[in-house]
Amino acid sequence: MLFSENILVALAGLKANKMRSLLTMLGIIIGIASVITIKTIGNTMTQFINEKMQSMGANNIQVGIMQKEGKKDLFYGRESDTYVRPMTDDDLISPDMLKSFREKFKDEVTYVVLSEYVTDGNYQKSEIVQGDRTAKVSVVGYNEDSFKFNKTKILGGRAFLKRDYDEAKRVCLLSDRAVERLYDGNMDEAIGKPIEVTVDGTYYTYYVVGVYEYVEQSLSLTGSNSPNPVTDLQIPYSTARNENHNQNKGYSYFNVVTAVGVDNNSFSKEMRDYFNVNFYSRNDAYDVIVLTASSMMEEFNSIIGMVETGLTVIAAISLLVGGIGVMNIMLVSITERTKEIGTRKALGATNFSIRLQFITEAVVICIIGGIIGIFLGVGLGTVIMKFVNQTAVISPDSILLAVGFSMVIGTFFGYYPANKAAKLNPIDALRYE
Amino acid sequence: MKDNIMLDLRNIHKSFFIGTPNEFEVLHGLNFTVKEGEFVSIVGQSGSGKSTLMNIIGALDRPTAGEYNLDGVDIEKAKDNELSALRNKKIGFVFQTYNLIARTSALKNVELPMMYAGMGRSERAERARELLAEVDMTDRMMHKPDELSGGQKQRVAIARAMANDPAIILADEPTGALDSSTGRMIMDIFHKLHEEHGKTIVLITHSPELSMETERIITLKDGTIIGESTGNWQGLKAKEGE
Repeated sequence: MLFSENILVALAGLKANKMRSLLTMLGIIIGIASVITIKTIGNTMTQFINEKMQSMGANNIQVGIMQKEGKKDLFYGRESDTYVRPMTDDDLISPDMLKSFREKFKDEVTYVVLSEYVTDGNYQKSEIVQGDRTAKVSVVGYNEDSFKFNKTKILGGRAFLKRDYDEAKRVCLLSDRAVERLYDGNMDEAIGKPIEVTVDGTYYTYYVVGVYEYVEQSLSLTGSNSPNPVTDLQIPYSTARNENHNQNKGYSYFNVVTAVGVDNNSFSKEMRDYFNVNFYSRNDAYDVIVLTASSMMEEFNSIIGMVETGLTVIAAISLLVGGIGVMNIMLVSITERTKEIGTRKALGATNFSIRLQFITEAVVICIIGGIIGIFLGVGLGTVIMKFVNQTAVISPDSILLAVGFSMVIGTFFGYYPANKAAKLNPIDALRYE
Repeated sequence: MKDNIMLDLRNIHKSFFIGTPNEFEVLHGLNFTVKEGEFVSIVGQSGSGKSTLMNIIGALDRPTAGEYNLDGVDIEKAKDNELSALRNKKIGFVFQTYNLIARTSALKNVELPMMYAGMGRSERAERARELLAEVDMTDRMMHKPDELSGGQKQRVAIARAMANDPAIILADEPTGALDSSTGRMIMDIFHKLHEEHGKTIVLITHSPELSMETERIITLKDGTIIGESTGNWQGLKAKEGE
């Protein structure tokens, strides 16, 4: 009874000082809104990445070279705290090693996926210029296994032949999107003709043998909204190695696709040990590491979790500042209303009921601020996620937490002023002008 | 019932400590009683100690020494919460500056003491309406204090003082902030409460003229009662009627 009365009194007070109430709430609003926004973005990212990782296939293992002897790294499983020496060609996985690996594990390994970008190392823009038309591309060499693994669909012309790979032919496959831009979708105009592409300022010429269907990159957060996506200009892996003058070098990383029924977690370790025991035991600085989709997922989640926690802590600081603002305004309000407090005491209000009244007022400010903050945060999170074409994942617990937290702030920062009010001497309070 | 003693003050002393050892005694052992249904005024110039006395009578403060019994309750022994309850149920305050709660309607103001007494919502709203009708404020009961004139505010304050049917109404210069005709109207309300409802009223004022309207006048000077006399309300009324 007294409680609902207090809420009404508090609301009337807020209404009477609209501007002041809003400014007081602002700290709480901003704090809660930031927490909710961060949580929403974090949840959405986590869900997105987990879905994508799962769709990437759980039977995919990345193999790479990394410096030995390091601390555990979030991303690559290891972090070098001391730099031993730069990686040389001798540290790479040689074609012979790969060959013996494939023989050893021929039942377990379905594909060894190799790919390499044609670049001088700067990864600047590559484009095809055809008259007044251009198409942005990445020139990438794929081996036969990648072609199979990616299930590349040929829309016109032909796929690469064995001798294209073996002899490192200067042939290429264009994406349908590139054909759209360059030839208005007329594949016949493209197929069988040479095409010139600049990569970092160097010109390369390839014969177009076919057109493949462009498939969305699975890990692109921005989705398909780009009208002019950068598509692969696919060339044989051996050709790309030639372009980069890497034909005699080993591999710094590749993907292994395992057969159905293989337990990736144990197989990835077996694989790693095979390389490291047989080929890298004498290497002073580098050896092989492996990364599976599930381990990557865990790492991603923990990174997002850490970033989220860090940002939430920062946002919580603004909540703290907001709480201090509430306390400040409550102290002002109590001074202004000293006479009212005296009157209430003269009319029979106990210290308890005065304290309750002002705590209620602080809590009401914080809860209203919190609710506005929740709407703002959910809105902001949704809008930001809309920009990257994602549906925002709003967690009800973060909303409950926000409401609860604003109540706690209100009680905590309202207690001191309320207690001060409750302890006022009624005579002094009545005499106050 | 006329002999039932409402207020019984015995040897009341009140000292203030303006930083030790400067003890400053304001009231020097006052003795007086007020019977049920009496209309008493306490008169004194400023500095006579009448505000201090009012605070003690109103249970806003405790005497330094002496005994004060209000309608059967010993004030000097009461704890803070008991004093709150006492003020709530046994005393109806009417202040010079009205002291209505801003931002809440006249009705809500009258409901306030009943709310602190724990009365149910509909019950107290009904009683507040009745009380406001008594002081002729039915038309303006939904108005907030800043929408009311001084006289209207004081009428709301009187209705509020009556809310819990207190043992005494304690009025501190109730007409002090009002012009003479409005002041007259307020005084008439007090007379009505006294005559028609048999209310015990203690009026604190600096004005000997106003005190003449009460049944009994207690004159205070420098913290001591220097005289008690009878007022002449009937005579004044008769004179006015001529």
